[in-house]
Amino acid sequence: MIPCMSHVVSVTEESRSVRTLVLDTAIEAEPGQFLMVWLPGVGERPISIMDPDPLSLTVARVGPFSAALHERKPGDLVGWRGPFGHPFSLKPGRLLFIAGGYGSAPLHFLAKRAAQAACPSCLAIGARTAEDLILVPRFESLHCSIVLATDRGDAGYHGYVTQAIEEHITEFDMVYACGPEAMLYAVAQLCWRHGVPGEVSLERYMKCGFGICGQCAMDDKLVCKDGPVFDVEQLRGSHDFGHFTRNATGRRVPL
Amino acid sequence: MLDPAQVDLSTSICGVRLPNPTILASGILGLSAEVLGRVARAGAGAVVTKSCSLKPRVGHPNPVVVDYGAGLINAVGLSNPGVEAMVEEIRRARQLLRPLGVPIIASIFANSVYDFGITARYISEAEPDLIEANISCPNVEEEFGQIFSSTPYVAAQVTRRVKSATKIPVIVKLSPNVTSIAEVAKAVVAAGADAISAINTVGPGMLVDIETGSMVLSNRVGGLSGPAVRPLAIRCVYDICRAVSVPVIGLGGISDSRDAIEMLTVGADAVAIGSAIHCRGVEVFGEIVAGLRQFMAEHGWSSLDQLRGRALPPAAAAARRSAAHS
Repeated sequence: MIPCMSHVVSVTEESRSVRTLVLDTAIEAEPGQFLMVWLPGVGERPISIMDPDPLSLTVARVGPFSAALHERKPGDLVGWRGPFGHPFSLKPGRLLFIAGGYGSAPLHFLAKRAAQAACPSCLAIGARTAEDLILVPRFESLHCSIVLATDRGDAGYHGYVTQAIEEHITEFDMVYACGPEAMLYAVAQLCWRHGVPGEVSLERYMKCGFGICGQCAMDDKLVCKDGPVFDVEQLRGSHDFGHFTRNATGRRVPL
Repeated sequence: MLDPAQVDLSTSICGVRLPNPTILASGILGLSAEVLGRVARAGAGAVVTKSCSLKPRVGHPNPVVVDYGAGLINAVGLSNPGVEAMVEEIRRARQLLRPLGVPIIASIFANSVYDFGITARYISEAEPDLIEANISCPNVEEEFGQIFSSTPYVAAQVTRRVKSATKIPVIVKLSPNVTSIAEVAKAVVAAGADAISAINTVGPGMLVDIETGSMVLSNRVGGLSGPAVRPLAIRCVYDICRAVSVPVIGLGGISDSRDAIEMLTVGADAVAIGSAIHCRGVEVFGEIVAGLRQFMAEHGWSSLDQLRGRALPPAAAAARRSAAHS
């Protein structure tokens, strides 16, 4: 598919470094899938879907592309193609969402589906500071219970979110996580150790977005097509998960 | 009707045995040893790595590949981790592929005839079964000038340089974007090419967003692949197979076993598959192999020799057969 162009309706500041862009369209997608978002003349990056209706993208400023995306004003055009990738699978039962910083964005889409299915759920979110704990009110309005953790200790548990939640993990039937890979690796270890099923959403440098260029290879898997969401059982024994990524040239490098 | 189990799909390229004639095309998935292993497990008879150069390359900025409806347009820009990293990936890949009997073909490119030689020598340290010299990528013209396969003379120069740098058999990959691909084929064979693969992508083409008037690809132009280019690829491979008798790997828009059979029928010794993986996944290899086996069984053919080159003039087919068995 060639990129679609949509107008920006609003830009909301979630924190100093994160903004949510709402576009004048609604798309068919599954939670955990992503779009290749395009700014002509700037570039194209994979971005997860925070909400499909209206299409909402929650973006952290990490480089020139996301900085340019943050500068879009209502009425400006943003291109996108997708959705791509293997989504989260919503299971019935008590659900735990574990987010690291802006990893709460795709989990919000999933929490919305969980609320529609009347699944009781909890968001455990960790970040550096209280200000980086984004989208929490949206989860509250979906009747999620909330656990906070910060590295600085200015909100909730003082430490990692995985430490904050460990003693409660067996109270859940399913864990869904999105955030930095070190956190996801810790989540997978919790799942393995406590025998709780889980899914994690990974991030890699992507080029095509649909499984042919090989740029996002992780072991024998393609993060853009086999992922970005993986069952933690698929990641048992992985050489790359939690340890290696690939840079823009495709070279395998330590995370 | 033959028992499908009695059909022998094996083929040979420059003395290297392939369990079946399907090959993963260069530039598709060929970065990681583990992914190459997965493609082989899915049924590919050989795999080609992504083209690598002496130094790592980031390639062009995104967007670099787009599905335009009738196929793909791409200008990845030969991104690759460099020959040093590829030597390591190929070594690891060989460990995974050897038990499956699936050979590995290392694809190389360079920005000068001289560097082609150095890169060929360097990649030979990884001991790939074959080397493919990519002298036909259309996406780096602004950087490298006219592609090497544009003229028979320059194509032959590169071929000679690569041949003198390695003992491993060399496949030369040709561009369809020339007046006579047969003339380029003859020139590279005269310069020592052990085999030919064709075609590289077509064009370049261009895709424009009608809302903003922007070029979709950051490189503005890109090579076309996929179903739209298949008849062009078939014609090119037909022309090459009439002109030379070295082994030919045919590729360009092959999506299913019918397309693969068509390519073998114009004389190709093997077929490579790339863009089809977008729609059909790596399972496409198993599907094509099964379909080919079934077709051969239905026709009572036990060997690919009976299928290969049926569309060629009889003299050309006979010349290719006798060259293959000499």
